[in-house]
Amino acid sequence: MTTNNGGLPRKSDVAVVGGGTAGLALATKLKRLGVGSVIVLERENDAGGIPRHCGHYPFGIREYGRLLKGPDYARRNVEAAVDAGVDIQTEVTVTALHPDGRLSLTTPAGKAELQAERVVLCTGAREASRPQRFIGGDRPLGVLSTGALQSMTYLQGMRPFRRPVIIGSELVSFSAIDTCRHLGIRPVAMIEENDRILARRLVQPYLMMRGVALFTKVKNLRILGRRQVEAIEFIDATGKQQSIEADGAIISGRFRPEATLLHLSHLEVDLGSGGPMIDQFGQCSDPSYYSAGNLLRPTETSGWCWQEGIETAKWLAEDLLRGQPTVVPSVRVQVVDRAIRFSVPQRLSISDRIGGMQKMQIGLNVPVRGYLEATSGGWSISNTWLNSRPIRRIQIRLAPIVQNCSKSPVELSIQRNK
Amino acid sequence: MPYTSSDNCYDVIIIGAGIVGCAIARQFTLGGARVMILEKALDVLDGASKGNSAILHTGFDAPPGSLEQKCLARGYAEYHKVALALGLPILKSGAMVLAWNEEQLAQLPALIKKAYKNGVHDVAMLSRDEILAREPHLSKSVLGGFEVPREFLIDPWASAHAYLLQAMANGAVLYRDTEVVSGQYDGQQWRLETNAGLVCAAQIINCAGLYGDIVEQRLIGECPFTVTPRKGQFVVFDKSAAALASSIILPVPTKTTKGIVVCRTIFGNLLLGPTAEDQQSRADASTDGSMLAHLRDKGIEMIPDLKECEVTAAYAGLRPATEFQDYQIRRIEGKNYTCVGGIRSTGLSAALGIACHVASLIATDEFSFQAIKDPIIPAPDRLSNYHSRDWEEPDNGGIVCHCELVTRREIEQVLNGPLPPSTLQGLKRRTRVCMGRCQGFYCTGELVKLTAGRFNLPMGLGHDDQ
Repeated sequence: MTTNNGGLPRKSDVAVVGGGTAGLALATKLKRLGVGSVIVLERENDAGGIPRHCGHYPFGIREYGRLLKGPDYARRNVEAAVDAGVDIQTEVTVTALHPDGRLSLTTPAGKAELQAERVVLCTGAREASRPQRFIGGDRPLGVLSTGALQSMTYLQGMRPFRRPVIIGSELVSFSAIDTCRHLGIRPVAMIEENDRILARRLVQPYLMMRGVALFTKVKNLRILGRRQVEAIEFIDATGKQQSIEADGAIISGRFRPEATLLHLSHLEVDLGSGGPMIDQFGQCSDPSYYSAGNLLRPTETSGWCWQEGIETAKWLAEDLLRGQPTVVPSVRVQVVDRAIRFSVPQRLSISDRIGGMQKMQIGLNVPVRGYLEATSGGWSISNTWLNSRPIRRIQIRLAPIVQNCSKSPVELSIQRNK
Repeated sequence: MPYTSSDNCYDVIIIGAGIVGCAIARQFTLGGARVMILEKALDVLDGASKGNSAILHTGFDAPPGSLEQKCLARGYAEYHKVALALGLPILKSGAMVLAWNEEQLAQLPALIKKAYKNGVHDVAMLSRDEILAREPHLSKSVLGGFEVPREFLIDPWASAHAYLLQAMANGAVLYRDTEVVSGQYDGQQWRLETNAGLVCAAQIINCAGLYGDIVEQRLIGECPFTVTPRKGQFVVFDKSAAALASSIILPVPTKTTKGIVVCRTIFGNLLLGPTAEDQQSRADASTDGSMLAHLRDKGIEMIPDLKECEVTAAYAGLRPATEFQDYQIRRIEGKNYTCVGGIRSTGLSAALGIACHVASLIATDEFSFQAIKDPIIPAPDRLSNYHSRDWEEPDNGGIVCHCELVTRREIEQVLNGPLPPSTLQGLKRRTRVCMGRCQGFYCTGELVKLTAGRFNLPMGLGHDDQ
């Protein structure tokens, strides 16, 4: 341990882990609500999070009433936090979460510690890597996630390839096309394993406009090349072996929470969302810990995370006024249908505490047409018509579930033939 | 590279800077010889030594009486000494050989007998209950097994780098990107023609691994063995999976392979592999998506909780197998040429033993030197998750790779050190950047900046103004 704790305070009312959109919005709001000391621990050189290298529109309409590019938006979030009196500490990595709000840290000066009344985890999300997707082949240079591509191009002005293939077809995959154009890189194809693009269909014509060929329902994807990528091989929808000449591959999308700290900690994790198990106030299994932003689930827009930060700040500020964190009785929300991937929250606290989330977020594994039903103790307490797909934003009203759940768990399932 | 002439002749030229070449370079340099190492690839450890299971084996299951077994036993003992002297991390995890069906169960007594023959006397039978008590995450379908207490986890790259760095610190010379094209022996000296020029030495040691037979053909004209690379694919799970197995979980081996191993790595991950796939190509270390998925399923059969763990990485290694089961180490009398070939899967554990063996083969009255007194000890890469790391210490410059907690100081020290990497792969092996769960999502931008102008294979094709 360094004698001066790496230049950091040893105590704080609230410590926010992660200075991205949610963390900054939450910290700023806490200060505006009169919370004493709020520290944001950011491991990068600059706070701001993912928008720092999203050099495109649209950011900030709801928050600042103007159309901003990612880096400008990130800067504004940082400025707002500093103006409000938030202590932003960069180049600080949290290495372990301990019970009751104690954090192990490391700084450029060495190890440090911090004890907070409440900790908020806002560590965000990242894209699934190539090995996580079991994409075989060689391991040449030129295989990057969209995030890595953006940090290379926007932050360093470097061009990793000239004619890449984009693997994946989510909104971020389309945003990768824009990132490429910024440096005169021309993606040659978009490749998707599903039978259609995962982003909304209305963006599909954009591919044709940019001269990017689309292949869906592909199998046996392989990346080939000795030093730099030389080709992408796959079996196309008709069963034909295809080989596309390319000098790079962008592995895009399939976001997952950046939750390793969580996995190695005492906190309960929800395997469906990949994030922490929280109640309707964003509180984790250890009541000293809260969470907000894309760590909760993959993945939402910056505007959403900003709003989530603001809301969570309000509940947290009220909780702080009550003093010591306390464990209150709660019921689990259980997913009992394979079509459903996760719900957030995963737990409902039963107390006289008012407020909390108005909506429950749902993620799907497969396309669904049917009623999403919540039952508790054998009683149906909520029914919502769904016609949706994986990776889409789905919300159902939480109030009827909270009000009507008995002491037994809430079970979520899909009723397909009602 | 400077041309070496007859009057500027090295004592030994080692062809190939894999784990075996590095260990031999250290052996001869510390023994007092002037050593030159030639590596065909852009960086060292780029062939068979690139991917292995990072275990220090006792050699309990090696064929008794084989050269492999002898080198393993010697290498194992040497490693403990050298690791201590060079500050290399070593973690005792122990191993268990487990039987999952009746047929395998029936083979256990023979394996234990073999271990005894190989001088590994502390193996002990374990009941199913004992196994499950020690490894509670194992599938309940395990039937029985035995333990091999003295198997260790080591850092396969730091070891080889440390051997090479010590050789270099004490006078050895390394040339990378230097391929031996042909060579002549004039009765006294070897003259090797390389793509970078002519070099001269009294002795040649062929440690070319996957290309060992080709190098021998170029130098001697023929080679009694043919390398048929055996590919092994591996899946690496994230650090939270390391809690699922504390010992090295070994299967009952077959003739061609030790089978699929589950073990922690010294870097704090969980490793699963290798497959054993014979192939012709000596360069194709590609992975196969369906094979990786199959491997993961195999792992889940053994440790069901693995299905909840994130995959961090996948890679393949090539083992220089030949048509012979044993190592192909022999000296051609009158040619001052030694071949160290067919080191098919135990090279990491045996390397230091192989080096001792080769030294004893070559030592003659004309070829004897004064061993270096108090050789220089270089600082090793300190990348073990189970030992202290740079990020815990003051003035580390901050963390660049968040998944593996690699500091700016570590990266700069390696880039400015005596054995700087010439590729991103090389930097990964020396520091673990990009080896973690995000695979470069977070640190690529920063790494591009830090490594600008440093690599033979740069990470970017250039700036937007170029």
